[in-house]
Amino acid sequence: MLEIDVSLSRGDFDLEVTFAAPTPGVTALFGRSGSGKTTVINLIAGLLRPDSGRIALDDAVLHDTSRSYSLPPQRRAIGYVFQDPLLFPHFDVAGNLRYGQRRAQPRGTEAEFADAVELLGLGALLRRRPHELSGGERQRVALGRALLSRPRLLLLDEPLASLDAARRGELLPWFEALRDRHAIPIVYVSHEFEEVVRLASHVVLLEQGRVAAEGDVGRIAMVPELRAVIGPELAGSVVDGQVESTDPVTGLAQIRVGHSAITASGAGLRAGQAVRLQVLARDLVLATHKPMGLSVRNEIDGTIRAIVDDGPDAVLVEIDVGGPVLLARVTRPAASDLALAPGRRLWVLVKATSLRGHVHSRR
Amino acid sequence: MELEALRLSLYVALRSVLLGLPLAIVVAYPLSRSRFLGRTVLDAIVHLPLVLPPVAVGYVLLLVFGTRGTVGAWLESAFGIRLAFTSAGAALATAVMTFPLMVRAIRLSLEAIDPRLEDAARTLGAGPFDRFWTITLPLMAPGIVAGAIIAFAAGLGEFGAVITFASNIPGETRTLPLALYTALQSPGGDALAARLAGLSFLLGLSGLVLAEWVSRVLRRRIGR
Repeated sequence: MLEIDVSLSRGDFDLEVTFAAPTPGVTALFGRSGSGKTTVINLIAGLLRPDSGRIALDDAVLHDTSRSYSLPPQRRAIGYVFQDPLLFPHFDVAGNLRYGQRRAQPRGTEAEFADAVELLGLGALLRRRPHELSGGERQRVALGRALLSRPRLLLLDEPLASLDAARRGELLPWFEALRDRHAIPIVYVSHEFEEVVRLASHVVLLEQGRVAAEGDVGRIAMVPELRAVIGPELAGSVVDGQVESTDPVTGLAQIRVGHSAITASGAGLRAGQAVRLQVLARDLVLATHKPMGLSVRNEIDGTIRAIVDDGPDAVLVEIDVGGPVLLARVTRPAASDLALAPGRRLWVLVKATSLRGHVHSRR
Repeated sequence: MELEALRLSLYVALRSVLLGLPLAIVVAYPLSRSRFLGRTVLDAIVHLPLVLPPVAVGYVLLLVFGTRGTVGAWLESAFGIRLAFTSAGAALATAVMTFPLMVRAIRLSLEAIDPRLEDAARTLGAGPFDRFWTITLPLMAPGIVAGAIIAFAAGLGEFGAVITFASNIPGETRTLPLALYTALQSPGGDALAARLAGLSFLLGLSGLVLAEWVSRVLRRRIGR
């Protein structure tokens, strides 16, 4: 467990943050820029000190104002991947990777070095200088450097933010591989909810230096505080499921979610894998009768659990589909024409091409 | 005559750089990295030799390090070291005069280093001395080398402070500029003066070119 209870004042910015993140596991610190995400991980790393409070990782106290105790960053064994890679320009890639390894307690082994090089695909880059690398390669080296310092916790501060969209898509799988290979707890700072969905299991939502909501990804996806940050376009639910079968020809996968089998695009998935689906509220269509002759691949029956306002023109309908809950955004006239109300049974329609399953570690 | 002056100049300038460089690094670091009370005052003191008449600097040195100065008297009684009117004294005077040049060059290179690289090193387990030695100092190298070369080249020609504090003793403190001045004062010294002036010109030019070249090569080696 990573426990944080801190307060900090800097000019006109006040931070007052309390949360407990499960370890191991990936915790996302999510929020708008300026909400205090980076400040929080700088406090965890020890690069900043809180005015007052306590930070503890499992059984080790990192900072405790009441006992005037603060472990210096170099003795916290916390790996940090910054937004800019911050590689040492006078060392080659191997030198950068070894910097933290040499200082680890106990010292890292050659096998670990080989493992990290293999995991992050750095074999061909070892003799290069940082200025000879692409942005994505640099960030992979930074990740390897932090990993090899044998951290008890890994802090990732928007490691994809300095890259363009295509590079981001290339880099994300490396982070997923790291998460699935190592049991190191990770705190991942992001303002892209899709990254959170793909990587994290626990979310701490920050808003103006306060924790606005905290919980597992599926629960946080449903809270209004999150919708206020990501906006109506990205509002939706995040559901976990399991791959039942895949079709290598079409690339479609059958995914068991609650009592339904959902068809989604799932290139690269294998039967039996735990996956996570982000189902956007704007992609769902509701029907009161089972429709016929539609191209839509998914017709899921469910029961309305609640209806909440979502702006002047629309409502959000929460539909229980046998455990998991989906969120559908429909206009107010549609909701009244269909006489939608809690307890009502209906059909949820969603195109397979709107859904994509992401492999998701159970950790 | 020229060779002796040249040898003395090189010797004095080299010693002045060896004397001033470690202190210049120690002073440049807080000047560019920390915000502390009295930073402006320290900055001003470091730069004072640039704006003071060199003779005034030599005079202050004489007051402090002269045989009857507080530090000078102590040095002589405790260690038998005499600075006034010796080549060691010429090196000290030269070091004081070229100190701001070194500090400026080192500071410029320090300010070009992202301070967050040190944060990265910290999170990788490096303590303060370790970080300075393995990250900051190597990245400062272009500035340190350039500063040393420029200070050396300028030190070859230091006149006012040297003649005031160390006097104009042939074979001891009569460096290039002092020999040049002496030649101009002597009847029939024109040819000697011209050769000495030419030599100074050559040395100064090569120093500047060398400093620029070395600093560029080093910068390329650390990828900036």
